[in-house]
Amino acid sequence: MSIGLEHYLVLSTALFSIGLYGALAKKNAVVILMSIELMLNAVNIAMAAFSNYIVPVLLTGQVFVIFIIVVAAAEAAIALAIIMNIYRNRETTEADKFDLMKW
Amino acid sequence: MNLQSFMPEIVLGATAIAIILLDLIVKRKGILAGVGVAGLLISGIFTVAMWGALQPGEASLIFNNMLAVDSFALFFKLLFAGIAILVILASVDYAGKMLPNSQGEYYALVLLSALGMMLMASTTELISIYVSLELASLSLCALVCFLKNPKSSEAALKYILLSGVVSAVMLFGMALVFGVTGKTQLGEIAGVIRSMSLSTPVASPALAVGMVLLIAGFGFKIAAVPFHMWVPDVYEGAPTPVTAFLSVASKAAGFAVILRVFSSIFGVELLSSSWGMVFAVLAALSMTLGNVIALPQTNIKRMLGYSSIAQAGYLMVGLAAIGISPAAGGSGQAGILFFLASYAVANLAAFTAIIAITNKTGSDDIIDFAGMFKRAPALSLALTFSLISLIGMPPAAGFIAKFYVFSAGVRAGLLWLVVIAVLNSVISAYYYLRVVKVMWFAEPASEERVPSSIALRFGLLIASIGVLALGIAPGVILKVTEAATSILAFLP
Repeated sequence: MSIGLEHYLVLSTALFSIGLYGALAKKNAVVILMSIELMLNAVNIAMAAFSNYIVPVLLTGQVFVIFIIVVAAAEAAIALAIIMNIYRNRETTEADKFDLMKW
Repeated sequence: MNLQSFMPEIVLGATAIAIILLDLIVKRKGILAGVGVAGLLISGIFTVAMWGALQPGEASLIFNNMLAVDSFALFFKLLFAGIAILVILASVDYAGKMLPNSQGEYYALVLLSALGMMLMASTTELISIYVSLELASLSLCALVCFLKNPKSSEAALKYILLSGVVSAVMLFGMALVFGVTGKTQLGEIAGVIRSMSLSTPVASPALAVGMVLLIAGFGFKIAAVPFHMWVPDVYEGAPTPVTAFLSVASKAAGFAVILRVFSSIFGVELLSSSWGMVFAVLAALSMTLGNVIALPQTNIKRMLGYSSIAQAGYLMVGLAAIGISPAAGGSGQAGILFFLASYAVANLAAFTAIIAITNKTGSDDIIDFAGMFKRAPALSLALTFSLISLIGMPPAAGFIAKFYVFSAGVRAGLLWLVVIAVLNSVISAYYYLRVVKVMWFAEPASEERVPSSIALRFGLLIASIGVLALGIAPGVILKVTEAATSILAFLP
């Protein structure tokens, strides 16, 4: 059996769905952040696969992947700084404890 | 390579770096705000000069077709520069009192976020849309967290986690669009989609799913229901000047991207009528939900958060009109730009007055605005006038803005949507006027005057004049917005 574009896309969609589930269902802020990284990496797989199978001579998709990785690193840095900050304030990283503001 | 067409952004980036460096040297931090305003003014002057040199309908692409230099981008650059100037003027008091040790980073981040938004308005390429969008929103995340108290950091955490999820969703949409077309440049994508000659909107399911995911991603930026969950919490928790910036600039940047992306790559009649309908439904939901939940709010920042969701709904009436009837679209696009400008001045005037008042009272609750007319007549008058503009009553700017957007909706045959919008405007009058009533007729808690700095008063004056000028003499700005949107005309 040869590996084709479909296989990569199925993998990517499955990873994306797992990440989305984690981001919506998990309680710990750090785990939510990890789930977001999973979603971004699912996108990276899709981008690289599309790039390889649809426009094999160009590197557009791969370049996009590099940009996503860089921006995701910046985002993780800021998010972790914010989580540190909120841990100092509240002594917890459980997302459902952050309920100072609702309605 | 022509760097001249990139000067507004270069100046802004350099000013941000200069502020961080100056912060290490200068003792009087007020200078930093002055440097920021100066940088924004120079950037604005470059933008105006570029507008003057532009032929009507001319659009040149720079950086390997990644950025457009056209009237549409220049209009938004000018708008963001203006918004950032007013926000910095309003921040001077607040930053001095609440964040005395981190003013350099604060002003630099405001400028960087404005830079990201300027780039958002001019990008014509999926990669640069993503990068500029993240530059704008990551800077905002850091700004939201600036107070470091429990509420502020909670707001920042909610904002960054939700915006992370949403940008992943949007990226998945971009990946699908890229996968179907093999291009990332908007014009090239549009060419490929036109040559596909689809028979139904779902003839290419991947493209349809990609379009929906992009709507979700951009809907988050403009605070449309059902992607609005972050808005009230972030507005309440963030430092008030940041809330002001977030409410007007982030929304304007989102609409700039939506207008450019949807009228180019999804501009095919078949697709545009379906996204037009999606925006019509989102508009009805946003207006109704925003206005109804704003009614019982007791915190003024939270109330303005729900009001901003409702305003996004009014703006989306224009988007729906563009999508459903390209013929009526021209006036819809100009209407959206005018609405964004008038919303920007009105909301900034309101927030500037609120910053001055809450700086004195230390409370965001509407009840603590009691009798403010006796303690701060000028501030109360400006706040009243901007709230009248937000309701959409003449002679303020909001009336003309709503008139233009709604009439585009009627012309596109969306009468039901416009009826809902007008009913919603009536509902909204209740909660806006409640603030006015408390300010003018309730008994003040004390007789103490409310102090405000010259910078803040000057910013408030400019914003209030803007509200009045756009309301009384809208012709000039309408001509400008029509010129700005002429390049977005639908391709055959």
